[in-house]
Amino acid sequence: MSRTSNSTATSTADRKKEGFLSQGPDWSFDLIQQYDEEIGAIAADFGLDTYPNQIEIISSEQMMDAYASVGMPLGYNHWSYGKQFLEVEQNYKRGRMGLAYEIVINSSPCIAYLMEENNMMMQALVIAHACYGHNSFFKGNYLFKTWTDATAIIDYLVFAKKYVQQCEEKYGIEEVELTLDSCHALMNFGVDRYKRPIPLSIQEEKARQDEREKALQQQVNDLWRTIPNFGKSGDAKHKERIFPEEPQENLLYFLEKNAPLLKPWQRELIRIVRKMAQYFYPQRQTQVMNEGWASFWHYTLMNELYNRGKVNEGFILEFLQSHTNVVYQPEFDSPYYSGVNPYALGFAIYTDIKRMCENPTDEDRHWFPDIAGADWLKTLDFAMRNFKDESFILQFLSPKVMRDFRFFGIENDVLDPFVEVKEIHNEDGFQRLRQRLAQQYNLSYREPNIQVQRVNIDGDRSVVLRHVMDNDRPLNKDTVEVMRHFRRLWGFDVRLESWNAEGQVQTYACGNEES
Amino acid sequence: MSYIIDRRLNGKHKSSINRQRFLRRYRQHIRKAVEDAVNERSITDLDRGEKITIPQKDIHEPNFGHGEGGRGSIVHPGNKEYMTGDRIPKPQGGGSGSGSGQGKAGNQGEGEDDFVFQISQDEFLDYVFEDLALPNMLRKELKEVKEYSLRHAGIVSEGTPSKLNIVRSMRNAYARRMVMSGGARKKLREAEEEKEKLLLESEGDVDQAQLAWLDEQIKLLKEKIERTPFLDTYDLRYNHHVKEPKPSSKAVMFCVMDVSGSMTQETKNIAKRFFILLYLFLNRNYEKIEVVFIRHHTSAKEVSEEEFFYSRETGGTIVSSALKLMNKIIDERYSPDSWNIYAAQASDGDNWDDDSDICRKLVADDIIQKLQFFTYIEITPRDHQSLWHAYDVLQSQFPDYFSMRHIVDVGDIYPVFRDLFQRRLHESNKQ
Repeated sequence: MSRTSNSTATSTADRKKEGFLSQGPDWSFDLIQQYDEEIGAIAADFGLDTYPNQIEIISSEQMMDAYASVGMPLGYNHWSYGKQFLEVEQNYKRGRMGLAYEIVINSSPCIAYLMEENNMMMQALVIAHACYGHNSFFKGNYLFKTWTDATAIIDYLVFAKKYVQQCEEKYGIEEVELTLDSCHALMNFGVDRYKRPIPLSIQEEKARQDEREKALQQQVNDLWRTIPNFGKSGDAKHKERIFPEEPQENLLYFLEKNAPLLKPWQRELIRIVRKMAQYFYPQRQTQVMNEGWASFWHYTLMNELYNRGKVNEGFILEFLQSHTNVVYQPEFDSPYYSGVNPYALGFAIYTDIKRMCENPTDEDRHWFPDIAGADWLKTLDFAMRNFKDESFILQFLSPKVMRDFRFFGIENDVLDPFVEVKEIHNEDGFQRLRQRLAQQYNLSYREPNIQVQRVNIDGDRSVVLRHVMDNDRPLNKDTVEVMRHFRRLWGFDVRLESWNAEGQVQTYACGNEES
Repeated sequence: MSYIIDRRLNGKHKSSINRQRFLRRYRQHIRKAVEDAVNERSITDLDRGEKITIPQKDIHEPNFGHGEGGRGSIVHPGNKEYMTGDRIPKPQGGGSGSGSGQGKAGNQGEGEDDFVFQISQDEFLDYVFEDLALPNMLRKELKEVKEYSLRHAGIVSEGTPSKLNIVRSMRNAYARRMVMSGGARKKLREAEEEKEKLLLESEGDVDQAQLAWLDEQIKLLKEKIERTPFLDTYDLRYNHHVKEPKPSSKAVMFCVMDVSGSMTQETKNIAKRFFILLYLFLNRNYEKIEVVFIRHHTSAKEVSEEEFFYSRETGGTIVSSALKLMNKIIDERYSPDSWNIYAAQASDGDNWDDDSDICRKLVADDIIQKLQFFTYIEITPRDHQSLWHAYDVLQSQFPDYFSMRHIVDVGDIYPVFRDLFQRRLHESNKQ
């Protein structure tokens, strides 16, 4: 690769003054290739390990399509994607929002979209950000390694789309839609948080699918056997069966395996939604890390491009302006404030790690004795690979960054007419402030803890879900509606109990309203 | 190594299926919005898309999540004057105890906006005309068409020279020549080989008799091949066309309205909306459509659209004058053989007492035979008068061709229109 990049550089050198890759804002396929080769070479020098890249040039309409299908190149059909599309389209038409200028897919090869409307600088920025930043994160971070199989995802999407389509042909769009609606409502509860998943692979998936359909039904039938087992039940002693033996956190998995009335194809649909949830699970847990990492690297790579004399001052100034917009953090009292900007926070933390490695202060030596003065590339690489947002913030958020953001933590008790400032960015507050911020990125803090507690298998087959409250926070208004979806899949009555430290505080019930 | 792919030429409507799914799911909402639009919009811009609003609660996808209450905790950036332990009063009213302080209140407000999107003009009209079918259109196509068109119907072996298909004919000729001269050419090849062999083997000492015989053979065979006709009548192929009855794609719509003193501008507006609906409806079903406006009080006159709706006249009412004029115009300009004729009449029900019976006879004996459909709407809050009763007879006499409805105010137009043109499963049923 380096050879080709050298030859293109020399061949264009006589045309372009001083060895710049390009002059002017327009892009071309040749230029994109040259930039990609240059940026790739720099990334390799910094030791970024990436999947191969597939850079696709698309129009803004196509970007809207991609946007509406959560960035996936293909997905099964469902009205909710249509809703998203209409929303994006409407906002875009009214000029309420610009389109995301990049979408990148965790697959191998790693697919990144460039919009044709962007100028050369933006294309280079997106290449640096997505094709080398996000890409290396997808390949390196332990969550992505554990939960997703980048080589298989596209095949799996093809499989899922086809399967859903076949179901629609066989059982009607309506039926499929009902099942998918219910699955989507429970999607966030379709992941094993504590168990390691089996990587999803398409060959396996296809080969085992038929087998699974049969076996699954068999297994379910065993659970719901009502005829006494003659061999052993001679003693006639009724032993109470407890099911599930332990509470189940993965609601979709539980339904797929145990719901008594589902047809095999419905179980397969649940599985598809579950697999999608699993695929997105790492992304939900690494927003700050992932965006921060990509921003840190687009910043570093683009500046290096300038240092090596490949781009001119105009280019780098324009880049810096875009970059500043990306990592801008409005303050809490600004009308533009909508929470902590993950790009800004992540970028600040990574940049600060580099600073601490290169120019440590006494404060850094006190707080981060391991990092201060260490090799920055190794430290950064370690930080990228082995954490998720919560632990990343706990480990690496420095007092300097907290001061720069002027973070402050508040608590809000519903019974108290005041909110209380618990800590600010000072010596006393750093430790707890960091914990508070980290907790904000903990999925089990953000989402309620709801598990399948008990099924009345010998009686009316009703199921009890248990919500263990966190800080006495109740469930939202959707609860009964989501339970209705759970009921549709389960087939029998559903009850949900909210428990706090003292005991049960609230019960939601969902009986047979629809038949 | 990176691959760079230009995807811009790929389809850009990847989401269109999902969009359709969405529209299907929210059909009820859209239908209601369209219905409101038809009633409320100004007439001239009925023919465009519509903004559809769906309440957020109907479109919301539910999820388990934390509600308001309990002890929330959050970290904000941008502290200016707060110190540890500061207690800040919560904003009163609206967002009482919003989970996590100031930042979130704004978000929640936004979240409750209604979901708004645009449907295109075509989609709009599809909803307007959903489940409606033009009465008797099919019947006209099957029974009474007098126009024909030629349609290509393959290749035949007989025909007129003007329809000769040269490519097919030449292909056949070539094949025939191959077959017919096949044996002779084989023999020719053999003879030529033999002659060559003879010349090679004998080296000067040539058997002249044998050679002469071979030359003779070759000459004969060549002549035989030559004689194979280049083009034979068997080869000729002709394009074939069949005559197909062509459904008439032209329609004319007669708008007949009473403009006597008793008709107020409001009544006329109601009538106008009805006519517009009918026009849009026909417009979707016929390639070409003409509209004839006939207004009448005691005498009838063909007028322009502007004059039809907005000029005022006074005086009594004789409906038959308009019907006579319509009949005359049909005879002069719109032959029922090539035109689909629709008539829509609007009135407040007033008529000269003796005239209603004349009207009935005129329609029953003459006009109705030429029409696809005759609709009559009576726009009045009062009781029906003689015209309604006369037409009522017509309706029971010609249930498939004649239909009438009573409209009181603007809101009635669309339901009545739908009702009139409801896709009729049993055409014979009286509506």
